Amino acid sequence: MTKTLSRSYFWQGYCDCSPFILIVAPFGLLFGVVATEAGLNLIETMMMTILVIAGAAQFTALALLEDQAPTFIVVITALAVNLRMAMYSAALVPHFGKASFLKRLLASYFMVDQTFAVAIKKYDSEPSLTLDQKLIYYFGCAAAVCPFWYVFSLLGALLGDSIPSSYSLDFAIPICFIAITAPMLKSLPHLMSALVSICVALLMAWMPYNLWLIVAAILAMMAGAKTELLLQVRLKRQEGKA
Amino acid sequence: MMANSGNIWLVILGLGFGTFLIRFSFLGIIGGRQLPEWCLRHLRYVATAVLPGLIAPLVLWPDATNGETDPSRLVAAVVAFFIGYRFNSVVGAAIGGMLSLYAMQYLISP
Repeated sequence: MTKTLSRSYFWQGYCDCSPFILIVAPFGLLFGVVATEAGLNLIETMMMTILVIAGAAQFTALALLEDQAPTFIVVITALAVNLRMAMYSAALVPHFGKASFLKRLLASYFMVDQTFAVAIKKYDSEPSLTLDQKLIYYFGCAAAVCPFWYVFSLLGALLGDSIPSSYSLDFAIPICFIAITAPMLKSLPHLMSALVSICVALLMAWMPYNLWLIVAAILAMMAGAKTELLLQVRLKRQEGKA
Repeated sequence: MMANSGNIWLVILGLGFGTFLIRFSFLGIIGGRQLPEWCLRHLRYVATAVLPGLIAPLVLWPDATNGETDPSRLVAAVVAFFIGYRFNSVVGAAIGGMLSLYAMQYLISP
């Protein structure tokens, strides 16, 4: 009985997360291609994909490596892109906090945007799920998207060299980042942080070691946070008047 | 082309280990303690603070044209942004952006 139940939770997770294969597969393919074009060999490309499993950070690292940025700056900047996952980790504590060390380790490894978003939605809508049901559902989500990330990166790396430069794949990285970011700009604070980020990056482009990016990111985060605060204050004031 | 492969391995290992630590931070190490509100407020904007700044120079001064601003790439960037913003579709924006780049290159080239 429990076995069929747990299997059904696994497949529920798998099915709920499977639409994201449509995003993960082309991104993986593109990563493999761009990494190969940038000069990573097959083993390096696959090690990065398997150890990091975080598309945006991997593309960031590639862009900066190609820009000849110092290793330290490459790692710090790409890690900054992944800082959002600290929020995911915190949000999963109420659900997985009592799981065994090994299971928390595994859940951490598979913590990507898609598994997190789908799982947390499920847990919010069905608070009665047990710890085991939640974990099995989560790993079902991971099983839907993560293998596609690996396999399509591999395909991309194998295809990479055969794609001629007339396809302008150098521009695939900026296009992907625009595609990822544009839907996030729905609120004024997010829009402000993006604008500040762009302006500072362009104005500070003279700084050595790609420091302009770190400066732009810090100022842009402050701009987003500050705008959020100002909006709250204004909202409260309006409520006070009403 | 890239720097030497020693650097690449440092990036792979540093990024892999660092990313895992970020993912494991609360689940494994910090536990249920709450982050202070000001910290959460800044973390919310990490992605929109890093990514636009990273690509702005790549869009305006692409390496492939030796830093010359390229109208095709500008149009492609605007199309990708519009699709992503208006229709919330990441894949649609990426495909639309690249297709419009090819269309522009086809139209502009003699």
